[in-house]
This record gives sequence, C-alpha cells and structure tokens, in this order.
Amino acid sequence: MQWFDYAAPRSVAEAVSLLDGRPDARILAGGTDLLVQIRSRRRTCGLVVDGKRIPELNELSFDPAAGLTLGAAVPCYRIYGDRAVRSAYPSLAEVAGLIGGTAIQGRASIGGNLCNSAPSADAVPLLIALGAQCRLAGPGGGRTVAVEQFCTAPGRNLLGAGELLVSLRIPAPAPGFAAHYLRFIPRNEMDIAVAGAGVSLRIQDGVIREARVALASVAPVPLFARAAGEALAGKTPGPEAFHQAAEAARAAASPITDMRGTVEYRRHLCAVLTRRALEAAAREVH
Amino acid sequence: MTKTEYQVVGTRPVRHDGADKVTGRALYGADFQMAGLLHGAILRSPHAHARIVRIDTAKALAYPGVKAVVTAADFPPAPDKLVDFGEGATPLAYVRGNVLASGKVLYRGHAVAGVAATSAHIAEEAAQLIEVEYEPLPCVLTAPEAMQPDAPILHDGLRTAELGEKAQGRSNISEHFRHILGDSKKGFAETDVVIEREFSTATVHQGYIEPHNATALWNNDGRVHIWCSTQGSFVVRDATACVLDIAQSRIRVTPMEIGGGFGGKIPVYLEPVAALLSRKTGRPVKILMTRKDVFEGTGPTPGSYIRVKIGATSDGKLVAAEAYLAYEAGAYPGAMVGPGGMCVFAAYDIPNVTIDGFDVVVNKPSTAAYRAPGATNAAFATETVIDELAEQLGIDPVEIRLRNAAKEGTRRADGPKFKRIGCVEVLEAVRGSEHYQSPLEGPNRGRGVAVGFWFNVGLPSSCTINVNADGTVNLVEGSTDIGGTRTSVAMQAAEVLGIPVEDVHPSVVDTDSVGFTAVTGGSRVTFSTGMAACEAAGDVIRQMKERAAKLWETVPDKVEAGRGSFRCNGHSATFKELAAKVGETGGPVVGRATVNPRGVGGSFSAAIADVEVDPETGKTTVLRFTSIQDAGKAIHPSYVEGQMQGGSVQGIGWGLNEEYYMSRDGMMMNSSLLDYRMPTSLDLPMIETIIVEVPNPGHPFGVRGVGEANIVPPPAALANAIYRAAGVRMRRLPMSPPAVMEAIWSK
Ligand SMILES: Cc1cc2nc3c(=O)[nH]c(=O)nc-3n(C[C@H](O)[C@H](O)[C@H](O)COP(=O)(O)OP(=O)(O)OC[C@H]3O[C@@H](n4cnc5c(N)ncnc54)[C@H](O)[C@@H]3O)c2cc1C
Repeated sequence: MQWFDYAAPRSVAEAVSLLDGRPDARILAGGTDLLVQIRSRRRTCGLVVDGKRIPELNELSFDPAAGLTLGAAVPCYRIYGDRAVRSAYPSLAEVAGLIGGTAIQGRASIGGNLCNSAPSADAVPLLIALGAQCRLAGPGGGRTVAVEQFCTAPGRNLLGAGELLVSLRIPAPAPGFAAHYLRFIPRNEMDIAVAGAGVSLRIQDGVIREARVALASVAPVPLFARAAGEALAGKTPGPEAFHQAAEAARAAASPITDMRGTVEYRRHLCAVLTRRALEAAAREVH
Repeated sequence: MTKTEYQVVGTRPVRHDGADKVTGRALYGADFQMAGLLHGAILRSPHAHARIVRIDTAKALAYPGVKAVVTAADFPPAPDKLVDFGEGATPLAYVRGNVLASGKVLYRGHAVAGVAATSAHIAEEAAQLIEVEYEPLPCVLTAPEAMQPDAPILHDGLRTAELGEKAQGRSNISEHFRHILGDSKKGFAETDVVIEREFSTATVHQGYIEPHNATALWNNDGRVHIWCSTQGSFVVRDATACVLDIAQSRIRVTPMEIGGGFGGKIPVYLEPVAALLSRKTGRPVKILMTRKDVFEGTGPTPGSYIRVKIGATSDGKLVAAEAYLAYEAGAYPGAMVGPGGMCVFAAYDIPNVTIDGFDVVVNKPSTAAYRAPGATNAAFATETVIDELAEQLGIDPVEIRLRNAAKEGTRRADGPKFKRIGCVEVLEAVRGSEHYQSPLEGPNRGRGVAVGFWFNVGLPSSCTINVNADGTVNLVEGSTDIGGTRTSVAMQAAEVLGIPVEDVHPSVVDTDSVGFTAVTGGSRVTFSTGMAACEAAGDVIRQMKERAAKLWETVPDKVEAGRGSFRCNGHSATFKELAAKVGETGGPVVGRATVNPRGVGGSFSAAIADVEVDPETGKTTVLRFTSIQDAGKAIHPSYVEGQMQGGSVQGIGWGLNEEYYMSRDGMMMNSSLLDYRMPTSLDLPMIETIIVEVPNPGHPFGVRGVGEANIVPPPAALANAIYRAAGVRMRRLPMSPPAVMEAIWSK
C-alpha cells in the first residue's frame, strides 16, 4: 500500500480548507471503496481527509415536515437501526442492509456510495426515486443539487475543487407514497448489481399521481429514467401500466457487455426489475 | 453394511487441533514471525504473453529500505533434467520458469522478480520500480484455439507426445493419448440410440481462504529453513531443492497450519524466491500473496473442451462410448487430462470405448490439481448425456445408471479392472433416499442426479508413535492436516492400541523430524497415513508384548493383546499399567512404520439436486441437495460428511457461477472474491449427506479416500435439474444466470 497523509478535521470549514488546492486529497467515510481502491492501486491519494469527526456528516434526523437529513458519513447500520427511518423510509433501510454484508455495513455510508459514483451503486437509484437532494460545501460556499445530477461519468461527479458532500436531504413521504429498490445479482449477497431498479409511486384514489424510476449498472451513471416514471402518471397501478414503464426503462438503458452481463441481458433485466419493483411498491401502498 | 465392532473408529470425537483453531491460536503461514524478518513482494507480468527484453532493477534497489532484488538470472545454472514430485515427470525448466519467468512471460500474473525490504509496503512499492521492457506477443486462451495450426506458440521447444511418439514441429499440444476398449465404431452399429454432445467448462479456482505464503531463512551454514502452508512439506523441500539446485538434505520445511488447499497448495511458488532473497540478504524473508496474486499467479483447474458420444440399446444397455477431451494446461504442460480420461466413463460397464485426451498449453496460469482433478469436467459431459439417453429411452435416470453400473471386475478403458467398489451401492442409496423418493412440486422446479468417480491414491507415508509413561502416546506424522486428518489418523492408532483417542497426541512435524511422506492429496491421508499409524501402533503392541513377556517371564508370542490390555497365564495389565513400566523393562518404546500401500480403493459419489430457475432472470436457486458417497469405512463420520459437503459446495459453485472471466488480451477481469462468485452460505441449502460403506479390502478398516469424488457429480446434477426446471440443456459451465437466460431465449 502506498503512503498517504491523514487528517481528521472537526468542521466542514476545516475540511474544505484541507481539500482546497490538494487535487490528490480524498474524503474518507467508511473507506470500503476508498481503501480498497488505494490498496489495489486503482486510485492514488496523497491526503486522506477523514469525514467521520465532522458533526454535519454524522447527522441523522427526521422531521415529519422537512424530511430526513442523512449526513454523508453515516454508516449503513445506523440507518437501518433507526426507528424513524424504518417507518418513514422502509426502502432506504432495506438498501442500507443490502450493501455488502454486516461487516461492510458497520462502516459503509450512503454518502460514500454516491460520491464513489459507480454506475452500480445500489443506494443511488433509490435516492433518485426518493427525490433526494445533495448538500455540498466548498470554498465558494454551499449549494444543493438533485441526486440525479450528481454523477457525471463512471467514478466521476460534479464535486469541484475543495468541495465535499455534507448531507442528503430526502423529502418527507406524502400519503400514498412508497418506494422500492431491486437489484439482480447472481449470488444472494456480496455481489455488485448486474442491473438494479429504484422506483417510487404516489397513489391517490387508485391513480398513480407521480412516479420516478432510476436504474443501476446500465449506463455510465446511475440513470434517472424520467420517461419510465412519466409513463405511469395518471394510470391505474397494474400490469398494463407497469409493463409500459418497464419497457420505457428498457429503452432508457444503455448498458455495456462485461463480466457481469451482456447488453441484451441487462436491458432485459431493467424491464423485469422495474416491473417487479413497481409491483412491490404498489403492494406497500395498499 | 457392517455393524461397528470398533471402539474408536466410527465415533465422532473432538478434534485434537480444535482448541487452537477455535481460539485463534493456531499458527498459519502468515502468522510466522522471527527476529530480523524482511518482507518480500513479487512483480508480476501485466501481459498474457510477451518476450522479456530487459529488466532493470537499479531504481528498486536504490529505494530506501530495499535489501535485495532477484530475477530468474539469480537461479544457479542447472542441467536440463526431468523432475517428479509425485505428479509425473516435468522438465526442471518448466518448474523454474513458473517460479520466476525467464525469456518470456506466459500469462498475466507470471512472476518476474522478487524484492525484499524492511516492510511489506516498501517491498510492494519497490517492485513497481523494477523496469521491465516487454515485447508483447499474441496470446491464446482456450484449448481449441491453441490447437489450431496457426496459433501463437508458447514454448518453441515443445513437441507433441503423439500416442507415445514425439511428433515433429512446434505445437501447443503437449500430449495426445488414446485409451481403447473393444471397438467403439462396431459398438455404435449395434445401438438403437446414440447421443453426441459438445461441452466446455471455464477455468475455476480452488478458492481456499488462506493465500499462499512462505518464509525462508538461508542460514550461514548453508542450510535453508522454510515455513509455509502447503499440502506437502516434502514436495516443497524436493521442489525447492531442484529449483535451487541444492541437496534435499540442506532444506528443512516446517509446515504451518493450512487454510485450505484442495490441490492448489502442492506446487511451489514463493518458497524458492524467498530462499534466494534470504541468501542475498542473510536475513529471513517472508512473502505473502494477495487474493489477486492467488487468482492470477497460482494454479487453477483447467478449462476444457469436451465431446462425448454414447450409444445404447432400446432397453437402456450402454454399448459404445467415445470421448474427446481437450484440457487447458495453462502456461506449462500438465492439464490433468490423464485423470479426466481415467474417470470419464468409470461409473459404467461399457464394452466398447475410445477416449482421446489432449494436454494443451494456453496463456493462462499454470494449472494445478483441484479435488478429483479432471474428473468433474468429464463427468459434466458424460452425466448429462446419460441423462438425455434416459429421457429418450423413457428410463428413470437412476435406473439407467444402475443397469450399467461398474462393478468388481469391470474393466476401465484405461486399463485397470475394478476391485471391490461401491458404485451400485451408491446408486441404490440414491434411489432409496427420502430425497429421491419425495415429490418435487411447484413451477420452474426440477430434480437432477449424477454420479462420479475418483480413483484415489496411495503413496508413501511414515509415522512414529512414542509411548509415554502415563499411558498416552505421541503420534508423529508428516501429512499436513487439511480436513481433520490428525484426528482420523490418531483414531486408527487408538483403535489398534486399544486406548482412548484422547490419549493419542498427534503432531504434524517438519521434514527433518519424520520419514518421507507424500502430499496431502488424492484423498490419501486417512488411507495411507492412517495405515502407517495402524502399523506403527502394531509395532508398539509388538514391543509392549515383549515388555509384558519380560515382566511375566514368558515369551512374547504367548502374550495376548486386545482392547488395550495384555494377558498371559493369569497375568494381565492395561496399556497404561504396562506403559508405566517401560523404564524398568528396557527403556522407551517407539513404534514406527513406513508404508507405500497398493490396495487403494476408489470412491464413487452421487448427487441429487433440486433447483428452481427464475424464468425471467435465469437465476438458479438450489432448493435441496444431497451428497451420497462410498467412504469404505467412515473413520470419523463428521469429517466424512464435512468433505462431502465441502466438495458439493465447490461443485455447486463451479456449476453455477465460478469462472475466470478473461479479456481478449488475457486479463482476468474478476480477480477478487467479490467478482469471482463462489457461493456464500446464503446461496446454499443445508447439504444433506448419506455415507455408504463398502469396505476397501486394501485397508485394515476398509477406508477409501473421501476428499474428492464428491465434487465430481454436482455440476452435472445441477445441469440435469435445470433441464427439468427450465427445459434447457446446459452444455457450458458456468450455468450462470445470463447463460441460462440465453438458453431460454433460444429455446
Ligand atoms: C465486500 C464489499 C461489498 C460491497 N457491496 C456493495 C453492494 O452490495 N452495493 C454497493 O453499492 N456497493 C458495495 N460495495 C462498495 C461500497 O461498500 C459502497 O459503495 C459504500 O457505500 C461506500 O461507502 P464508504 O462510506 O465506505 O465510502 P468511502 O470508501 O469512504 O468513500 C467512497 C468514495 O467517496 C468519496 N467520499 C466519501 N465521502 C465523501 C464526501 N462526504 N464528500 C466527497 N467525497 C466523499 C471518497 O473519497 C471515495 O472516493 C461493497 C464493497 C465491498 C468492499
């Protein structure tokens, strides 16, 4: 393993000043991506800035009106162990329990999952479906962007020089709202998604008022399949509507062939997973 | 099946190494520490095939903390000769070439240089500073491609051994052999149904949890001490001696605890490099592999291309069969296709058979043994063709196997006639099992069965037993313990001595401290080393009789011994009582034995698999799985069951998901346990076991080896089950979700 410097700032401002002007610096949350990449030489990093001592990055709080504030470094086990999360966002608790295994979940964060910006990141399609916003801080101050705009290419995102993710804000669930994430992996755990679908539905008076669909592992970034969600608005939840959304998801996907699956197989999985995830979300509303 | 008439054999005592392993005190290779220890790292080839133009080590040597760098140029000159470590003769140049590449690199991950430094991190950094200029060459990755006349050639000097004769011209085919029994052409003319199919199987790795490791100290007196985890400490000694061209007696190998091997920890990789680095630095040097090193730089099992053709009469009698087996040896010859040829039709009595085998070098890591090496690939082909035949003829799949099962006296196409074997008994146990008798209901579900064979080996083992004055004994052996063999060997000694197994203290010692003992492989330890323990115990009994005779003033022949006591003319003494008197009756009692047993008993194993296939994703879920195996005699039934479960799980992984996923230029893309998908506990049902006992007449307790045959049938059983669940015949391993889905699409 290569040598690197280590710093553990106590505030967002201190972190920003450490990052600023050091293009070789990286924030460390759980390290389950970062340390693995450094060890295997896939990434070189001169300065590791530990985010875990910064209070804002560790915040986990729910307000019935404002929604959930999820600090960027909060590990998965705290998320699924949180009563408010489990009742207001069961799908988020489930995704936190999906990443890696128990040992990984003791460290890995949703913020790290997003900032690592892998197309296969399991939490990201669900965050998009939930309408989550990213709160960033940098030398020029703070800004807020939608999760679906955050990733720009495999391993890349729109964080600028000296910028970091502080927290995620997830809107409070409206009545009739449900979300669900499904991934396909050949094993039953410890695997990277061949494809994944995160969906949300708001059903009122038996009609879908609003829906969002996002896909994992089938594009250079976690993919917001806007058309698939729009295809559902105003429809009655059921096989016909879900089939249409599934086909829209299939059309939106632009996967590659690699060790995890072929183009054709992944497109097919997009449709299957979207339909199944929608069925599961609809069941939850009822 | 015989009723147990034993006191120890057949019981389930606590293992002798249990406390150390449960508390984490057991010392594995990576745990080894010593004053002055240096840490090594290996530089590996980034290319699958390239000429090494130049190696410049200056920058690495100048890096602070670096103590030495070695390359193949540091090997002493040695005459070109054949060496044999129990797995057939190989040119020394190949053995050396795989330890450190010289002239060419033949696979990505091929070791090129070693560095020793004051820390592992420094060694790793410095290895990257070694400048190697490569001239990349085209690579060839599969047997059928490597056999083409215009394929890139790996070894300029390689000439095919074509049916026993050296052929002319360069080739990647190291050997072509043929076994003939009867006349298969004529045989096929007498059949009503003939099925011929093509198969391919991917390269898979044993996947032991502990990566390879070695520490070596080249002492000032010229003696070399090596600590490593290996399946054969004497193989490490002899192979390292050959590679370094020094006398065997100058090397002492201390085997550390071993975290799995399955055949993959027989070759040497790190030991000679650590020794060379130690010689240069005068300090002990320890080298550990990463998981990536293990995947890319050690020996997986061959990928293969297979054709099998079997013909039967309408009443289900197999009349003729042909097999064409082309196995990928990896970078150096030795693809285990020989064993494949021995096993491909071994379960059946077929009068007319032709088997062609090809050992083919390709630009992948040099393959090593893996649990019944070569047999699983072959059984995948044979057992799915038999399943198709059964279906076409309308015969139950177990019934067709029983009608044709090999028995005592059946001749295999490769020559040997079977002695007493348990193929029929295993198949009857399948048919009679609750699993096979119970219905499997529900959509997308199916059940498959398959049977497999592994011949097992004997080979030499040594053992000494020292009698303690308190009536216990210390048992000294040389078989590194992978599957609980300390206990299964100690149990056999205890049975002969008539003492509790807790009174036998087994230890696995270094190569200076025990007689030659061959590898822990070929399912031989409970059989061969167990036999050595029996004979050493018999030697102890003989000497104890002499002591009793001395005490009771009679001749040893008059003393009766049995169940731990000695009797003569109204005198009697327990083993313990007599042990207390060895001092006064002539001094210490040491029993000793070396064996090279001939009466090896092969083992048959069957599998029943119930699966459910998701028709929309192609994913196979194993619902229920039973392994049935002839153990001959189960010395410690829990360990036999453990072997059956372990082999089944590895077979399931091989069948469903495991593969070296190679890029076109020969890079393994999934060299981590995250992406190389071995099954986890959540992917498996409880593996049920049925032990069959058809005693092997060649062993005092009837032992057959049980470590291997159990991996042979699972992929075929799964393929047959998938067919019934999803209607597709899978002829390519792995039967991963995308592969099954594609088969469903093209139905
Ligand atoms: C065995 C194993 C299994 C895994 N299984 C899964 C799985 O099932 N699904 C899945 O999606 N992933 C999986 N992963 C990947 C990884 O665990 C997840 O992506 C995890 O969520 C990363 O979180 P982390 O806190 O460990 O991130 P880190 O490794 O700490 O960081 C990840 C990246 O984000 C950057 N970063 C972190 N926090 C910030 C911040 N606040 N601001 C700016 N940049 C930041 C880091 O610099 C780094 O580049 C697995 C990994 C392993 C080792």
